[in-house]
Amino acid sequence: MASTIEVAGLVKTFGRTRALDGLDLTVRAGEVHGFLGPNGSGKSTTIRVLLGLLRADAGQVRLLDGDPWRDAVALHRRLAYVPGDVTLWPNLTGGEVIDLLGRLRCGIDPRRRADLIARFELDPTKKGRAYSKGNRVKVALVAALASDVELLLLDEPTSGLDPLMEEVFRTCITEERHKGRTVLLSSHLLDEVEAVCDRVTIIRDGKAVESGSLAELRHLTRTAISVELAGPPIGLAELPGVHDVHVDGTRVRLKVDAAALDGVMRALTAIGLRSLVSQPPTLEELFLRHYVAER
Amino acid sequence: MSTLAGTGALVRLILRRDRVRLALWIAAIVVVTVASAAALAKLFPTPESRALFAAGITGNQTFVALIGPLFDATTIGGLIAWRLGGFGAVVVALVSLLTVVRHTRAEEEAGRRELLGSAAVGRHAALAAALLVTGGADLLVAVLVAAGLIACGLPAAGAIAMGLSFALAGWTFAAIAAVAAQLFETARAASGIAGAMLGAAYLARAVGDAEGGSWLSWVSPIGWAQRVRPFAGEQWWVCAFAATVAAALATAAQTLSARRDLGAGIVRPRPGRATASRWLGGPFGLAWRLQRGALLGWTIGFAVVGAALGSVAESIADLLNSSPRIRVLVATLGGQGAVVDAYFTAVFGILGLVASGYGIQATLRLRSEEEDARAEPVLAASVSRLRWATSHLVFAALGPAIALAAAGVTAGFVHGAPDDVPRLAATAMVQLPAVWVLVGIALALFGAAPRFARASWGALAGCIVLGQLGQPLQFPSWAMSLSPFTHLPRPGSGGVEAAPLLLLLATASAFTLAGLLALRRRDLATA
Repeated sequence: MASTIEVAGLVKTFGRTRALDGLDLTVRAGEVHGFLGPNGSGKSTTIRVLLGLLRADAGQVRLLDGDPWRDAVALHRRLAYVPGDVTLWPNLTGGEVIDLLGRLRCGIDPRRRADLIARFELDPTKKGRAYSKGNRVKVALVAALASDVELLLLDEPTSGLDPLMEEVFRTCITEERHKGRTVLLSSHLLDEVEAVCDRVTIIRDGKAVESGSLAELRHLTRTAISVELAGPPIGLAELPGVHDVHVDGTRVRLKVDAAALDGVMRALTAIGLRSLVSQPPTLEELFLRHYVAER
Repeated sequence: MSTLAGTGALVRLILRRDRVRLALWIAAIVVVTVASAAALAKLFPTPESRALFAAGITGNQTFVALIGPLFDATTIGGLIAWRLGGFGAVVVALVSLLTVVRHTRAEEEAGRRELLGSAAVGRHAALAAALLVTGGADLLVAVLVAAGLIACGLPAAGAIAMGLSFALAGWTFAAIAAVAAQLFETARAASGIAGAMLGAAYLARAVGDAEGGSWLSWVSPIGWAQRVRPFAGEQWWVCAFAATVAAALATAAQTLSARRDLGAGIVRPRPGRATASRWLGGPFGLAWRLQRGALLGWTIGFAVVGAALGSVAESIADLLNSSPRIRVLVATLGGQGAVVDAYFTAVFGILGLVASGYGIQATLRLRSEEEDARAEPVLAASVSRLRWATSHLVFAALGPAIALAAAGVTAGFVHGAPDDVPRLAATAMVQLPAVWVLVGIALALFGAAPRFARASWGALAGCIVLGQLGQPLQFPSWAMSLSPFTHLPRPGSGGVEAAPLLLLLATASAFTLAGLLALRRRDLATA
C-alpha cells in the first residue's frame, strides 16, 4: 500500500455553497502531510468526508484502502482524529474522555497516556466544562496520540496551545513519524508545517493549488537577495527569473526564481560584490502568492 | 442603577432572537383558550344543560383531582374557567420557565453571557431582561385571552380575572426559574428543577382538591390561579398575593445573582476520576453517563406522583361511601372498584403524556450531541451511527417504561392491597405503546429532518390538546384518532384490547426504523 489517503476530484456542496470543488489529495504511508489553507478553504470538510461524517457528492475517496462512507467503523479502528473545535461532555473528566475515546478506537497504551499527560501538563481530574480551549485540545491530543493507530487526522490541532505546548506537539509528531505512523496535519500555521511535514498540499476554495515535498515547493519559491555592488547595477532587471528589483545607488534588493539563481549570481559577481544577504525561500511566500493574487 | 445598564438593549436582543418562538406560543395559547371557550359555550347553552353536566362532575372526584374544583356551574363562564383555567395556567407556567432559563443560565453556559458582560452591561441586566420579556409575554397572553373571552360575550370582570390567572402562573414560575438558574450550573438542571416544581405544584393542587380543598391546594401556584375564581365570585386578593410571591422570588434571584461568579452555581465543582471506570467503555456506557441523571430524576418523580395519586384514590373511595345517593349512582357506573379503576386509567393517561415528554427529551439528546459536535469524536472512532443512536434510544424507550412502572407500583402500595401493585403497574405501562410512537416520531425527524427534530415537541403538544380538549369540544373522530393516546384503553371501558396496542407498536417501530435508516444516509451536522 503506497497511499494511505487517495482523493481525486472530490466535490461537496452545502446548498449553493461549493465547499469542495474537485479536490485532489494524496497522502503516502508513513509521511507527515501538511494540509495548508486559510479559514473556510475546505480543510475541515475534507477531513469530515475522510471520516465518513459527510457524504461526498462526486469524486473518489480511498482511506487505508477502504471506502470512508461504507467501511467507516472498520477504518475508524485504525485511525485517531482531533477535531478543530474540541467540545467535551461537561460532566465527564478529561481522564475519562481520554479513556473513552481510546476504548472506542483500539485501546490505549497506559504508559504512553501517562507520559503524554505529563508532557502536556494536563490535569485529567477536571470536568469537561472547567477546561479552557487549550486544555480541551490537549485532552483530544492525548487521546489521539496514546491510541495505537496507523493514521492520525489532526484538524488545526495547535489552535489554543501556548508556544511551549506547541513545541511539545511538534516533538510528538516527529516521534510518530519515526514510529512509521501516517499523519494528515491541517493547519494555517506555516512554520508548524515547515517544521514537521514531509509533504504539503495547499488548498484554496476547495481545490488543491499546490502539492509536493517541501523541497519541491521551495523550488517553486523565490530566494530574496540583498546586495551591495562594486559598480552600477545595470541590466539586472532584464535577466530571466528576476522579480521585484529595488535599486538604491549601489544597493540592490531583488527576488530570484530558484531555476535562475545560477545566472543571476554570475551577473552579480561580474559587477563585483561588496556584501550579500540572502533569505531562504519560505512557504509563506508561496502561500501568500497564491492567496494575495486573488484579491 | 448601573447594575441594570443595558437592560433595554438585551430586551431587544431577546425579542429579536425569539420573535417567532414568542409569537407562536402566545398565539397558540390564546387561540386554543378562546376557541375552546367559544365551543364550550355552544355545547352548554342553557342552564339546564349545564346543571346536568355539573351533576356528573360533582359525583366524580376524578375530575376534581385532574382538572380542579368546579366553583360555579350555573354560568357558562364558570364552566369555562373550570375546564380551561388550570390547564392554561400549567402551559403558561411551563413556557415561562423555559424562556427564562433559555435566556439566563443557557446563555451563560454557552459563554455568550461572558461576551455581553464585557460590554457596558450591568450585572443584573441579563436576568432583568429575561424576566421582563417573559413577564411581558405573559401579560400579553392575559390581555388577549381577556379580550377574546369578552368578544365571546362573557362578563368583563371574569374574563380579566381568567387572563390574570394565566399571567400569575407564568410570573410565579418565571421567578422560580430565575432562582433555579442562579443555583445550578447547567441549563438542563435549572429547567429540570423548575419543571419539577411545576409538577409538584400540579400534584399538590390535585391532592388538595380531591380532599375537598385542603391546605395543599393553597401552597400550589396552580391552585392560586384557580382560586382567583374567574366568573365565580372573583377573589382579586389572590392576584395580589400571587404577584407578591412572584416579586419576592424575583428579588431573591437577583440577590443570589449578585453573590456568585459568572458561570458558577452554588455547588462547587469537585475534581473527578483521573481514569475512566470499566463501565465507560463504549457508546452505551457513554449514553448511560449522559442519561442516568434524567432516568433517576424522572423515576423518583414518577414514584412520588404515583404515591400521591394512590392517596387521592383513597379519598375518592371514602367519598363514594359517604352518602346513600352517591352509592346508588356508583352502582350504576359498575361499582366502587370500577370507579376507582376509571380514575387510575384517567390519571395514568396524563402520566403517559408526561412520560412521552421524557422519551422525547431522551431522544433529542442525540440531536444536541450532534449539534454541539460531541457526536463527532464518537462517530470518528469505531462506532457506527446505528450503535450510537440505539445506545441513546434504549433510554428513550426503557426510561419512560421504568418511570411509569415506578408510578404504578407506588400507587398500588399506597392505594391498598399488595395484589393492587401488579395490576396498577400494568395500568400505567399500557401507556407505553403511545409513548413509543412519540419517541419514534422524534427519532424519525432526527434522522430525516434533523433541523426540525425539536418539532417533535409540537407532536406532543398536539396530543395534549386532543386529549384534554378533544372530547369536551367534540372534535371529529378522524382528528382524535391522530393522537396515539386515543387508541389506549379508555377509563371505564373495562378490558384491554390487544389489536390497537399492537398497531401502535407497529407504528412506533416503523417511525424508529425510518429514522435510523435516514440517519445512516445523511450528513452529520457540522459546526
